[in-house]
Amino acid sequence: DIKDVGHKYYLELELEDVQDKDSTVNCTAEVLYHLGNKNIAPDVQFTLEGEFKSTEEADHMFYTRIRSLEKELVAENIPDSHGHVPPELEPIRLLAWVASGHVIWQNSTENTQLQLAQIKHVKQVKRSDEYLQFDYLVLLHDMVSQEIIPWEMTVLWHPRDGVQVTRDSRQPRH
Amino acid sequence: ANMKVVLILSALLGASLCLETFVGHQVLRVKTKNEEQVKQLQLLESLEHLQLDFWIKPSAPALPVDVRIPADNVQSVKAFLESRGIEYSILIEDLQDVLDQERQEMAKAAQRARSSGFDFGTYHTLDDIYAELDHLASEYSFVEKIQIGQSYEKRPMYVLKFSTGGSARPAIWLNAGIHSREWVTQASALWMANKIASGYGTDSFITSLLDRMDLFLLPVANPDGFVYTHTSNRMWRKTRSKIPGSVCYGVDPNRNWDAGFGGPGASKNPCSDSYHGPSANSEVEVRSVVDFIKSHGNFKAFLTLHSYSQLLMYPYGYKCTRPADYVELESLGRAAANAIKSLYGTTFQVGPICTTI
Repeated sequence: DIKDVGHKYYLELELEDVQDKDSTVNCTAEVLYHLGNKNIAPDVQFTLEGEFKSTEEADHMFYTRIRSLEKELVAENIPDSHGHVPPELEPIRLLAWVASGHVIWQNSTENTQLQLAQIKHVKQVKRSDEYLQFDYLVLLHDMVSQEIIPWEMTVLWHPRDGVQVTRDSRQPRH
Repeated sequence: ANMKVVLILSALLGASLCLETFVGHQVLRVKTKNEEQVKQLQLLESLEHLQLDFWIKPSAPALPVDVRIPADNVQSVKAFLESRGIEYSILIEDLQDVLDQERQEMAKAAQRARSSGFDFGTYHTLDDIYAELDHLASEYSFVEKIQIGQSYEKRPMYVLKFSTGGSARPAIWLNAGIHSREWVTQASALWMANKIASGYGTDSFITSLLDRMDLFLLPVANPDGFVYTHTSNRMWRKTRSKIPGSVCYGVDPNRNWDAGFGGPGASKNPCSDSYHGPSANSEVEVRSVVDFIKSHGNFKAFLTLHSYSQLLMYPYGYKCTRPADYVELESLGRAAANAIKSLYGTTFQVGPICTTI
């Protein structure tokens, strides 16, 4: 408890590669939740004690595949009602998961608990530069209120630069 | 001499176990031409020592007569008919063959029903779940399907009762699907029903439990919501009742109980996914459960399944005081979590609802 500032948490985490459960890296982090002003995202500082395996090859394959699509990629309900994700859409799902992590971080307080529930809709937007762009409508689940919150986000990705969320906007429930 | 004794004993045993066989028995269809021939057949009928079994009795010349004849008497009956010029044909050459074939077919059909049966490892529609409840009840003598009420949209609420005897034995309630979008819970309830039913008699835990207690399993506590998740909105959680004065539908049935009603964790906004409803037990789905349990009077435990997360929790949710049975609940929770972990390493966090979720 930091007087007049907020609450700071010291964390020791074990990060696990979702695509390779045996690959783990330890991590230490400090998270500061600001007092009062609920519109500031918590501060996060972290240190990774190690490295994850390179995904260069898979990144390159995905990048090339999407760039060479004649028609822009469009998909919905990922996963579907039964929890299934078609294998070729798994990278799209992972991208959404990372991007929504950013959105969740920006909208978190000590009393929130948000999770990505489903990609309702995703549309690729072709760009003249080297980035891949996907416009997502995702559903976030708020554990506290139990609400399902639709959220739009524009995501850019490049193998070299990683993920960027350039635009995000909470939507009204339909 | 030994062989004879064995034979006699087995014959006696056979008789006492009603093991009749129809080896060599024939069924004849007799076509009478006139009243005289009908009278002849009626004479035959009166000869009890022949042990004739008329499937269609002799009555009028125009009508066929079907008769089963024990093996030993087949030749003499045929001779009788032939000597009087009475026409007949053989309907069944050997009755035992027919019975054997029938038994095989029935076994095969039962085998087919069991193996191409319900996939307990996948999601199903309400209709398919309800069909499987019927199947389980018909397959196991100690399993009974009971209707405890109707949903808002008039769908039946079915409970499976597991009872091996006694009269209103102490009972356990297992509740699933109160939040309709939590699909793994309805599916898990059916998995558990099958596991428990098929384990009685072989699994020592299940057997000793059901020998002493009854189990009531409600696999779909919110049928209207469940159908809605299939037809319209996969994320629907509440009931589908019309809220007076609001454009929004549905009440969170798990905020509708008469325990700390309207307290923390529930919303008074009808459009909220945790709306507690106009009053406690306002939802017919909830009231049906409450009425059943109260009138039974001997329930000892109530378990309810939810997703997602891996949490094993006990009271209270609406306040943070410890329940009277806190020590027992905590130790029971720990034991259950350890048991779950022992299978595949799945970890459940244990604690009171108030501090855990």
